[in-house]
Amino acid sequence: MKRTEVPDVLVVGGGPAGMAAAIVASEYGAKVRIVDENAWLGGQLVKQTHKFFGSARHYAGSRGIDICARLVKEAEERDVEVMLDSPVVGVFDGLVIVAERQERLAAMRPGCTILATGAGENAIAFPGWTLPGVMTAGAAQTFVNVHRIRIGHRAVVAGSGNVGLIVAYQLEQVGINVAAIVEAMPSIGGWGVHAAKVRKLGIPILTGHTIAEARGTEHVESVTIQRVDKAFRPVSGTEEILEADIVCLAVGMNSRTRLAEMAGCTLMHVPALGGKVPVHSAGMETSIPGFFVAGDISGIEEASTAIEEGRLAGLSAARTLEAVSGVEYEERRSAYIEALAELRSGPFGLARREAKEEVVKSHERRYA
Amino acid sequence: MTQLRRSGVLGEAELSCCPGVPGAERLAGGACAVMECSEEIPCNPCEADCPRGAICIGRDVTSRPTLDAKQCVGCGICVPRCPGLAIFVVDLSRDDGDRVTIPYEFLPLPKAGDPVQGLDREGARTCNAKVLSVNAGAQNDRTAAVTLWVPKGFGMRVRFFKREPKGVPHGATG
Repeated sequence: MKRTEVPDVLVVGGGPAGMAAAIVASEYGAKVRIVDENAWLGGQLVKQTHKFFGSARHYAGSRGIDICARLVKEAEERDVEVMLDSPVVGVFDGLVIVAERQERLAAMRPGCTILATGAGENAIAFPGWTLPGVMTAGAAQTFVNVHRIRIGHRAVVAGSGNVGLIVAYQLEQVGINVAAIVEAMPSIGGWGVHAAKVRKLGIPILTGHTIAEARGTEHVESVTIQRVDKAFRPVSGTEEILEADIVCLAVGMNSRTRLAEMAGCTLMHVPALGGKVPVHSAGMETSIPGFFVAGDISGIEEASTAIEEGRLAGLSAARTLEAVSGVEYEERRSAYIEALAELRSGPFGLARREAKEEVVKSHERRYA
Repeated sequence: MTQLRRSGVLGEAELSCCPGVPGAERLAGGACAVMECSEEIPCNPCEADCPRGAICIGRDVTSRPTLDAKQCVGCGICVPRCPGLAIFVVDLSRDDGDRVTIPYEFLPLPKAGDPVQGLDREGARTCNAKVLSVNAGAQNDRTAAVTLWVPKGFGMRVRFFKREPKGVPHGATG
């Protein structure tokens, strides 16, 4: 192992939250390093070809891929050091161990660490779910939008949240017919505009339905769907067979908290945020001083909230390093907090807003 | 539960409650934006992009867009701007048929003069239509605004289109 390196701020994960955090921290002269296990920066933004919602003051109306390019450019201009293909494999007592270029281990003892590790996708199991052709929504997006591989001809999408609706639309854009979107809940999970967008294309959204089985010899050849009752039990006799070679699972996400757990951060279970999340302050500091979180690791939300949380975490790290004056810190901090409140306003943001308040209160009670 | 949340399709009643959907009288008077945006979601690019200030969302970014239909001239700048592809321009004023401008993100783009099938909000074929113009300028950022001629009475029904050289309806392949 190389000798211990000491960046001012180490950002784990170069998605929207991590890049935003790195940019803000570097604005105050901090020596910032991003480590990411992927071959390029951007996290999930690199496959978001659709135009983003949000406030025009931020990036609304721009495509995710273009927001990604802007953040990458900004990070480059600010001399943020980027270490790709380099997963963090451990955090021990403030020492962060990175498998540099997957070749050798490097130990880093940063002034501050910002964990922006994102989320993992949930799956549902059914007979045939291990057949080639069954994949998560994120995997399908990576294939078609990053690697430009047309993965099949006809897909069934499970889950009608925004991810399922957007992926269905993007599959159609690359010429993959979507036979149906099935949703176990009695109503559509995502926004009406996304649902309307796929319905116009002729894609049915079958609420109260689940996938009973995927069949095929070498790969998926057909998908059996089935109605579910109010208790989500399959109703026999309602099976319907759809011809399809792709099953796309868009059934939620959960925060990738393993490094936070290794670091010893206190976690709490918050269903509205997708499961276990690190307890954090309004400024995104965890239960361990100098350890911050931002983006989906702190609760499943949108890229727009991830960017604001990242900026907030970057600012908090700069404050910890005493690189930003108290007045400027307070000013920017309240602007970011206000922007987050704005993004979580309205009926779709209510549960997340309340859940986030609960997380912050919990931090205040125990660690402030 | 609203029809939109149940089916993904805005019902008549929901449509008429959208503050961005103008009344029949205004549409009969000439081209005007129709903003089929019925839920309180955090989004407001349309407001800033209207050159006539006809769209209002206000301080609360989750408010639904309100259209001042008297101010709107149906220029269509807002059509490709909406990330939800929920804005159309509809003109029901002409005798020879209605006009609908639709945001379109599929390649290859159609050309003016192309015959197409008009699809409704459920993606069902409703009528024969014709492409009048395709605006795919750089300012549209890869969302083309395609204006269709549709038969009289179909301007508030057609929301998408499909080129079907072999007469195969969308979704009926495989």
